[in-house]
Amino acid sequence: MPYDPRLVAPMREEMVRMGAKELKTVAEVDEVLGDPKGTLLVFVNSVCGCAAGNARPGLALALRHGVRPQQIVTVFAGQDLDATTRARQYFSDYQPSSPSMALLRDGEVVHFIHRHQIEGQAPQTVAANLTTAFDKFCGAPV
Amino acid sequence: MSGHVFHPGHHELHGVTVLLETTEGRSYIGRLDTEDESGVHLLDVAVHQTQDGGLSQEEFVRRTLKFGVRVERKHAVVPSAEVASIKPLGEVAG
Repeated sequence: MPYDPRLVAPMREEMVRMGAKELKTVAEVDEVLGDPKGTLLVFVNSVCGCAAGNARPGLALALRHGVRPQQIVTVFAGQDLDATTRARQYFSDYQPSSPSMALLRDGEVVHFIHRHQIEGQAPQTVAANLTTAFDKFCGAPV
Repeated sequence: MSGHVFHPGHHELHGVTVLLETTEGRSYIGRLDTEDESGVHLLDVAVHQTQDGGLSQEEFVRRTLKFGVRVERKHAVVPSAEVASIKPLGEVAG
C-alpha cells in the first residue's frame, strides 16, 4: 500500500530540485524511455531511508559533475506502481530493487546500481560510482 | 529527507541486503529484517544450495551482484544455530 502522499512529497521534491523529471504514468514512461536516443538515467526512488536516504544526495552530488546524462528521470517505487513497473520493463535483465539506478545509452543499459550497492554507502561513494559511469558512457561535458 | 531512517531500534543490519551462509551449505541473499528466537528473518530472498548440482555458490553470488536478487521467497527464517556467516552483499567482492 502506498504511503501517505504528504510523507513522500519531500522525497519527490528532492528529485525535482536536482533536475529529474518525474514519470508518474505508463504513458509518461513510454514517452521518454520509448524513444531511446542519447543518454538517460532512470532513478527508481524509494521511501526506505536505509538506502534512499543516501541515494538521492549521491545522485545530487553526481549531477554537479561536468559529464552527465542528457536526461534524468525518476519513478517512485511503492507509490507510482504502474509507472515503476513499466520503467522496469525497459531494464528487465535486472531484478527490481529500490532505490536503484539505470543508465541507458540509446536504449541499452550500460550501467546499473542496485540497492545493495547503495546500502551503507556515503553519498560521496554513490556519486563516485555514478560519475565514473558518466565519464565512460555520457561523452563530452555538457 | 536525506539520511532519514524510518526504522529505528532494529537489528544493525536491518534493511541491508546480506549474504547469509549456513553450516548446512546453503546461501541466502535477501534483506535482513530482524533476528528473534526463531532465527534470522530475511525478506525477498534468493537461495542457493551447494548440493543442487547447478550453479556454483560463487556463480550464484556473482550473478546476483550483477543482475540483482532473483526473489524466490518473500520471507525466509534461518535458525540462528545454522548461521555460519552474515555479511552485507555490498561488501562481497564480485
